[in-house]
Amino acid sequence: MAGTTAPRASRRRRPAGRIALNTAGLLVAAFAAFPVYWMIATSLKPNQEIFSSTPRPVPAEPTLQHYRDILTGNLIPGVSFADFFLNSVLVAGATVLLSGLVALLAATAVARFRFKLRTSFLIMLLIVQMIPLEALVIPLFLMIQRLGLYNTLPSLILTYLGFSLPFAVWMLRGFVAAVPKELEEAAAIDGASRAQIFRKVLFPLVAPGLVATSIFSFITAWNELIFALTFINDQDRYTLPVAMTFFFGRDDTAWGPVMAASTIFTLPVIVFFLLVQRRMVSGLVAGAVKG
Amino acid sequence: MSTLTDTPKAAADAGETPARRRPRVDRLPYLLLLPCLAIIGVLLLWPLGQVVWMSFHRLNNVRQLRGDRAWPWVGLDNYVQILSDPFFRTVLRNTVLFAAANVVLTMILGTLVGLLLNRLSKRMATFVASCVMLAWATPALTGTIVWKWIFDDTSGLVTWLFNALPDGLSQALFGRTDWTGYGWFNSPLLFFTILTLVVVWHSFPFIAVSVLAGLKSVPSELHEAARVDGAGPWRVFWKVTFPLLRPVFGILIVLSTIWDFKVFTQQFVLAGGTQDRPTFMLSIYSYAEAFSPPPKYGLGAAIAVILTLILLVVTGLYVRMVLKQEEE
Repeated sequence: MAGTTAPRASRRRRPAGRIALNTAGLLVAAFAAFPVYWMIATSLKPNQEIFSSTPRPVPAEPTLQHYRDILTGNLIPGVSFADFFLNSVLVAGATVLLSGLVALLAATAVARFRFKLRTSFLIMLLIVQMIPLEALVIPLFLMIQRLGLYNTLPSLILTYLGFSLPFAVWMLRGFVAAVPKELEEAAAIDGASRAQIFRKVLFPLVAPGLVATSIFSFITAWNELIFALTFINDQDRYTLPVAMTFFFGRDDTAWGPVMAASTIFTLPVIVFFLLVQRRMVSGLVAGAVKG
Repeated sequence: MSTLTDTPKAAADAGETPARRRPRVDRLPYLLLLPCLAIIGVLLLWPLGQVVWMSFHRLNNVRQLRGDRAWPWVGLDNYVQILSDPFFRTVLRNTVLFAAANVVLTMILGTLVGLLLNRLSKRMATFVASCVMLAWATPALTGTIVWKWIFDDTSGLVTWLFNALPDGLSQALFGRTDWTGYGWFNSPLLFFTILTLVVVWHSFPFIAVSVLAGLKSVPSELHEAARVDGAGPWRVFWKVTFPLLRPVFGILIVLSTIWDFKVFTQQFVLAGGTQDRPTFMLSIYSYAEAFSPPPKYGLGAAIAVILTLILLVVTGLYVRMVLKQEEE
């Protein structure tokens, strides 16, 4: 901290440079945030404002009509967005539970034990994270067909479990390693069994890490489009992303409802993401950034 | 790296009851790993092997996938067919050029923003960083939908902006004054420009935040000293900052390369499906061959294998870099 005072003082002496820096900062902020703002703003505009030839920067007569249409199913007869929402929540929720449990076991193994294949396992985790998942659509489609899971939500849960697990283990092992080993040893001396130590000492201390990892798994499952598009056939089993692709791409895209659906879809992701982004960075650059 | 040595305790246990205790201590980590290994094996590694196996067969029927019909072995036929197809060269060129352009642009913009965030006042930096985070957090799907709306040919913001240009200027620059109904996605070059905009918008925040984290770990005395010696910002960056952040840049470039090689959702949404063949890249080409009727799973698998091989080389670099850092 002490080191930063010197350049700050020198910056204060040149107001022109400061203004340039701040302007650049505002431009970057506008470029990054504008599409998100425009999505929300459009979702609140009545149709005549959306399709006017001069777009308004702020909705003149904000309305929740598009949200109401989407959630109550007025848009297309017999199709309710609430159902798609529920499907997405089910799939993402199941993925989170399963991958959290399995990742915790594996992370404990690599963070607490030193065994022969430990390094090989870590290298494998890195490699499988880089597999182009799009390349696995065909063989996974085959597997889902043969298991008789085609056109079911478990087909997606299973697939997303595989996709989220490698990074979840990678992320969680740091949290397990950060729990002081002395605590476990003290519990062991007090006569606690391995299972008790795991449940009463390690688990509560790793819980925040488990939350962060769960959020990552949730986002993975929530955002996925291609597999959901390929594995699900019946409309009432669509997840949100698939349902949304059916609202546009035609000649007369209903932009109002599309933007309302996009907003409903995006906001939870943004909230969750902001909670864990620090962890995501350190997980991805894996030790390259120190301090 | 945090090493988790269980050896002293294990040795003590072994001294106590060697016959019973020792194998138990050894087996536990494997037991904990078992579910994870099973899932990765079944859902990632087995399909990876399967896609290679499928690429050697003629698979044009969904009943073959269900196991009702045999898989005729065709050896390298699928690969020969793809590699001799001039269209594959277009796809490969699209993929490589797109990835190269996007990696370069993302790295430059991300690094500049990282450097900028490091020099802004604390309040301003927090504000800009929060806005940048929004772009990163937005799902690929909805981010792309919004950009598609911004480029809508009747009521989109970009169409309006171009319509708002003075007619003389618009005529002189582009040879047209009325932009309503203009197909922003119709020419491959324009399509790739917009796709690049979307992908760079999504991916520069990660670079910026990582570079910022790296900069925070560099003692600022080094920069001060260089500046006192009369070095300009350009020289300070290349002589002081860059060498210190070299490992970070290495990993960021490799990660960006991997991600930009397999861009799918953004392209799928922007193109409105898999009909726009001139803008195909490897991953969407593979998907379209396999799943657009008539299905050609074998051919699609061969394309997927080619993409995977390219990425495996890049991944090798990544693994080496990460391991080197872990050792330090």
